[in-house]
Amino acid sequence: MKYWRVPLDMEEIEVSRGIVHIVEERCKGCGYCIEYCPRDVLEFSPKYNARGYHPPRVKRPEACVNCHYCETICPDFAIYSVEAPPDADPAA
Amino acid sequence: MEKTRTRSEHPLNDLLRTDRIPHIWCPGCGIGTAFSSCLVAVKAAGLDLRKTVMVSGIGCSGRGAGYTKLDSYHTTHGRAIPFATGMKLANPELNVVVFSGDGDLFAIGGNHFIHAARRNVDLTVVCVNNLNYGMTGGQAAATTPSMAKTTTTPLGNPEPPFNLPLLAFAAGATYVARWTILHTRDLTKSIEEALTRRGFSFVEVLAPCPTGYGRRNREKPLDSLKIYQERTITRNGANPAEVTLDFHRGITLGKFVDLERPTFLDAYEKVCSLTQ
Repeated sequence: MKYWRVPLDMEEIEVSRGIVHIVEERCKGCGYCIEYCPRDVLEFSPKYNARGYHPPRVKRPEACVNCHYCETICPDFAIYSVEAPPDADPAA
Repeated sequence: MEKTRTRSEHPLNDLLRTDRIPHIWCPGCGIGTAFSSCLVAVKAAGLDLRKTVMVSGIGCSGRGAGYTKLDSYHTTHGRAIPFATGMKLANPELNVVVFSGDGDLFAIGGNHFIHAARRNVDLTVVCVNNLNYGMTGGQAAATTPSMAKTTTTPLGNPEPPFNLPLLAFAAGATYVARWTILHTRDLTKSIEEALTRRGFSFVEVLAPCPTGYGRRNREKPLDSLKIYQERTITRNGANPAEVTLDFHRGITLGKFVDLERPTFLDAYEKVCSLTQ
C-alpha cells in the first residue's frame, strides 16, 4: 500500500488479516463482493455451483484485511470473513 | 439443503431459517442485502431476541419474515403495519420490526403507514424500495421514478414518484432515514439506531430489482450499484422536502429526522389515567 505520508505510529499498528469463507451452494453469482472488495481479493471462479452460477473464489488471500464488506453486501449469505490468527500464513 | 446446513457457518446463521436458504430473491436483488443489514442491526442492538418480532407484508420483500428465525409474521397485503401495531399494543414489551417493500407499505398499505406514523406507534419500519412491483412482473408502482420504463409504462412513467422520507415526516414519523444497499454500514447503523429508540422509525432502503426494473431500464445489477455510488450524496439532517427520488438530479441519502414525541402508548396511558 502506498502512503501519502507515513503515519507516525505505523510500526505499532498491526494491520488486521482475514480469511474469506465462501458458501458456494448459496451463491447466485451477482458479483457484488468481487466488484466492491476494497482490496480486490476475489474473482469469479470458472466452475459452477449446484445451481449453475459461478461463485467467487479467493484470488489474493494475503490482501484480505477482514473488513467484512463482502459479508455485508452479499444478498445471499454466501460469503463471510473471519479474523486470521496473528501468526498464520494467510496464503496457506 | 442438508449440505448447506452442515457446511456453512455464516455468522447470521443463528438468525436464519437455514433450511429455507438459498432464498427466492433473484441474483443481484438488493432485498437480501437489506435483510442481512437488518439482521446484523437486530443482533448489534442487543435486543432480547425472544421479544423481537419481524412482520412482513406481501411481495418479494415480504418473504423476509419467512427467512428469519425470530418470531415472525407474514401478513396480508399492505397490512403489515396494522398487524404490527396490534402486536405492540397487546404486548408493549415486544420490539416490533416491519420489513416490507414499497408497494406493500406505500401503495396498498399507504393509509396504514401514515396513520401509524401519525399516532407515533413504537415500531421500526424498514422499507425496501425497488422502484416497481417486482413479484408481479415489474409494473409501475407509486415509487417508480418519472419516465422510467416498466411493463405498464413501456414509453416511460408519466407520474412523479412518492418522496417517502417527506411522506413519513409529514405524517409524523420521529425517525426518518434513507440509504442504499451499497451503503451497508450506514444502513446497518441506521436500522440499529431505529431499533433502539422509541417512537415510529422509518428507514428507506434503495435496492436494485434487476429482473423487474433493471431489465427494462438497461440497468444490470452492478450498474444500479454504480448509480448508487456516483449519483448519491449523503446529507444528514437534510430537509425531507428536498430529497425527491430523481436519479438525474442525484439522490440525497442520510438521516433526515430524529425527534422526540410521546408515543401512542404514552398518550393512551395518559388518557386512561384520567378516569381514575
